[in-house]
Amino acid sequence: MYRWIPFWPDTAAVNAEVVNNLYIAELIVSGLIVATVVAMILAFGVRYRRGSPASRANLVQKTWHLEVGWTTATLGAFLILFVWGASIYIWLFQAPQGDEEVYVVGKRWMWKVEHPGGQREINALHVPVDKTIRVVMGSEDVIHSFFVPAFRIKHDVVPGTLQTIWFKANKTGVFRLVCTQFCGLQHATMQGEVDVMSAPDYARWLTEQGVHESLADQGRDVFRAHGCSGCHDENSTVHAPSLAGLYGTYVHLQDGSVRLADEAYIRDCILNPRSFTVAGFPPVMPDFSGQLGEDEVLKLIAYIKSIGKTRETGR
Amino acid sequence: MSVTTVERAAPRETPSPEPSYLTAEHTVGSWLLTRDHKRIALLFFASITFFFFVGGIAATLMRLNLATPQGLLQPSVYNRMFTMHGIIMVWFFLIPSIPTTFGNFFIPLMIGARDLAFPRVNLGSWYVFNLSGLVVLYSLVMGGADTGWTFYTPLSASYANGYVFAAAMAVFINGFSSIMTSLNFIVTIHRLRAPGMTWLRLPLFVWGIYAVSVVMLTATPVLAMDTLLLAVERFIGVGLFDPTRGGDPILWQHMFWFYSHPAVYIMILPAMGVVSEIIPCYARRPIFGYVGMVLALMAIAILSFFVWAHHMFVAGISIYAGVFFSLTTFFVAVPSAIKVFNWTVSLHKGSIVFDAPMLYSLGFVLLFTVGGVTGLMLATLAIDVGVHGTYFVIAHFHYIMVGATVSAYFAALHYWWPKITGRLYPESWARFAAILTYVGFNLTFFPQFILGYLGMPRRSYTYPVEWQSWNVLSSAGASILAVAYALPLLYLGWSLIWGRKAGPNPWGATGLEWTTPSPPPDHNFSSTPTVVHEPYLYDPEKATFVSQEGTRHAG
Repeated sequence: MYRWIPFWPDTAAVNAEVVNNLYIAELIVSGLIVATVVAMILAFGVRYRRGSPASRANLVQKTWHLEVGWTTATLGAFLILFVWGASIYIWLFQAPQGDEEVYVVGKRWMWKVEHPGGQREINALHVPVDKTIRVVMGSEDVIHSFFVPAFRIKHDVVPGTLQTIWFKANKTGVFRLVCTQFCGLQHATMQGEVDVMSAPDYARWLTEQGVHESLADQGRDVFRAHGCSGCHDENSTVHAPSLAGLYGTYVHLQDGSVRLADEAYIRDCILNPRSFTVAGFPPVMPDFSGQLGEDEVLKLIAYIKSIGKTRETGR
Repeated sequence: MSVTTVERAAPRETPSPEPSYLTAEHTVGSWLLTRDHKRIALLFFASITFFFFVGGIAATLMRLNLATPQGLLQPSVYNRMFTMHGIIMVWFFLIPSIPTTFGNFFIPLMIGARDLAFPRVNLGSWYVFNLSGLVVLYSLVMGGADTGWTFYTPLSASYANGYVFAAAMAVFINGFSSIMTSLNFIVTIHRLRAPGMTWLRLPLFVWGIYAVSVVMLTATPVLAMDTLLLAVERFIGVGLFDPTRGGDPILWQHMFWFYSHPAVYIMILPAMGVVSEIIPCYARRPIFGYVGMVLALMAIAILSFFVWAHHMFVAGISIYAGVFFSLTTFFVAVPSAIKVFNWTVSLHKGSIVFDAPMLYSLGFVLLFTVGGVTGLMLATLAIDVGVHGTYFVIAHFHYIMVGATVSAYFAALHYWWPKITGRLYPESWARFAAILTYVGFNLTFFPQFILGYLGMPRRSYTYPVEWQSWNVLSSAGASILAVAYALPLLYLGWSLIWGRKAGPNPWGATGLEWTTPSPPPDHNFSSTPTVVHEPYLYDPEKATFVSQEGTRHAG
């Protein structure tokens, strides 16, 4: 939508509405604080300008009552804002499993998107409306930041790890997707569009992409090509942890720590296995860093997640 | 030369028979090898004024480019411009601005000392500063760096191909100048106070410089480590920050902000000190809540070390760390709020004169308040998620670092100009410049809050066409601001020759610096002053004031 003087961004997600309320509340609080200071300066400035007849008797130099009262009041107000903001933050940054999942890779200077069905797009993201979308993000080079202003959701995409965020769009339409972390020459053009579609439109879009192999199936090919199946297959004789049903469980590591087997954990295990040896297994897995692109890692993760699902449904 | 009468002056002292610090010696060598804190302050003034205009030119080009969506500069040029603008303005203007000029000049005068504790270290600091300045100019002339002033890894370590190493080394060397100056201030304030100048009789400007010196001395070494590690990473490829070799890019951000957040307070604390001098003087009444002001200054200095990760709420730190650093950021806002409140109440029952230093100071209070409340928004985690990395952040920190600090810098420049040069500046022109600064500043930066919430990312050389109206407003404001910043150069320069003689105390202020002739003699005081009073003993009812060394004057 084209507006000559825009004052307020589109609000197109459940997340954004929650953040908007907080933002409006803080605008009001801020406005009141600034207005109070301006009013006091103006009032005192006029009343006590040099040469005015106002009385200057009984000048107050300090009043602990006033100072302590003022300090306590501001602290109290600030704490309310803090708790409000923190509770939303905790909700925003703990991604639920979601109805749909997409994988996003930041690369100078584009956003590469892969859907679980194998559909791929660049600088565009098609999602269904009113569904919780879980976004798993990685970077191939420098730090990028995935930002959809209309959803008020943003997270840095840091190389060497995976980040997971979520949003739930509640309006159909096309919204801007930008990178907000300076990533080099063409940072300003590392932009795309999020196309929020109704469920039938989205289903039609998925089928129109002419894809034959889902992301998990592509991941299985990578799994075999790099020899992962030699040890981790159900029928393998090598003493290696089974990957079926791994995703979403808690894993006990050799060093005594416990990790949730999420996307970031699986990525760490593939690229840096010696630091994540599972308790009770020998540290024999080779290091795959440098051998797999970020896309391939995401495919492997999609595959490993899928074998958990098939096993459960198989029971 | 004709002797003119002086408005609102204390009884004029007989002209000092001895020459002022300006006329004591005339050779170039007497300036370049001087150990007089007043001359070194002027040397610093020349250096940072030069860099202020270099950084300003970069800003001008940026705003020119952003006046239209299609822009004017090549992307690579634009990227280098905002990087060099940030580096030069932060390390070569804002951080040294008030401490090395007005701090250098007035700390000894305000505490009744002949000089700083280590005059040679002070001169050395200026040479180190200029060395770092040469290195940064080399980096700029050779083509500049294109990483942003924050040098985020792995972009800066492995990808950027500009003169990143030279820029980082300039910052590294520059840090030593900061350390030398701050060490000098701390020792001076501890050891060289005149008899009777107890801690709670120190003018608040001295407290501000003391607080900033503590922060500089403790935070700057961390910056030196960061930049060295970056150099090692870039040249030897150690992989500290490189994830493909097991490093962590986020580590750089932690180390960088551990210095650079306190650095924001390095920029604002001296400005708070300046304003705390000027508001009582022009309101002709004591500052409200002196002890509260001192405690707030020190509280800000200490708390500034516990808020650094609020720059990283969306960078992938743990949620718990985010919550912790949000809370500490709200805490540091409390002493800032106390200060705003006390400055404002310090107008109550005053006898207020709206001269240029006061206009700049009131502008400081208002712009600092706007910067402060938007800082609260950024401290609120859920809002930061939306506006982080957008123009909202740009607008916020320019309100603090430019709106507030540069206003205070100009306030100090006008307030102390008669003492430094012995001449009065033309008041009407100065008031005009102060108001113009305020108008130009708000026009430049307020639209950027709106652009930020609309989602315009920072460090972008282009933007969608529907945001052009706000960007045009901002660029228009920037041109007004440029005039407002250049104007004082003209009329202050004019006043050096044609300005009226100031006399020792043209504003009727209470500090010890106003008991010396203007400009002060080489060794400041003919005899060590004895302090008997707290500062700011102005009486608006009887229209008198009492100097810190105990004499009562009308005015």
